[in-house]
Amino acid sequence: MTPVKMYTLSTCSHCKNTKKFLHDCNVVYDAIDVDLLQGEERAAIIEEVKKLNPNCSFPTLLIGDQVIVGFKEKEIKEALGI
Amino acid sequence: MIEIEKLYELLKKAQEPKGYFFNTDRERVNDLLSSLLLNKERYGYMACPCRLASGDRQLDADILCPCVYRGPDVQEFGSCYCNLYVTRDWNEGLIPQAYVPERRPASKLPF
Repeated sequence: MTPVKMYTLSTCSHCKNTKKFLHDCNVVYDAIDVDLLQGEERAAIIEEVKKLNPNCSFPTLLIGDQVIVGFKEKEIKEALGI
Repeated sequence: MIEIEKLYELLKKAQEPKGYFFNTDRERVNDLLSSLLLNKERYGYMACPCRLASGDRQLDADILCPCVYRGPDVQEFGSCYCNLYVTRDWNEGLIPQAYVPERRPASKLPF
């Protein structure tokens, strides 16, 4: 299965919808709520997000080696091959 | 819950006359309002729940809800970035409920 990594905010409606969508599709994913991190860990993760998405907006998904910014159902499905 | 109700009524009264309507998806609106209240507790101000706040009010000035991007986003897409504030047409399905891209420029990021 394609690995799915996702950078999210615990308060963001698009992030919540993306998590729900993946869950409903039985997709296993690793999500990091960046707003809940602090200090060096937070700074390091922000740098990771900016490398994938210079706007540092959420959710930022990494599906395999494909980056998807935002809850774009069609693109996510295509990237997952579902 | 009472606090969310109060905030809903307060904002509705202030924003509707300006042409900004709450999304009719009440569950989503309540969730966003609850996040705004949470951010007020966290940072001391209602930072946009769909963006990463820095905790510095001045640096986050453009993303205090309603953010400075709401006007142009609602004008172009019929909805703000979070789908909290929308137009009547967006609510009634007269325009597509399309994805609203992030308008905040990377140069405004405080980190």
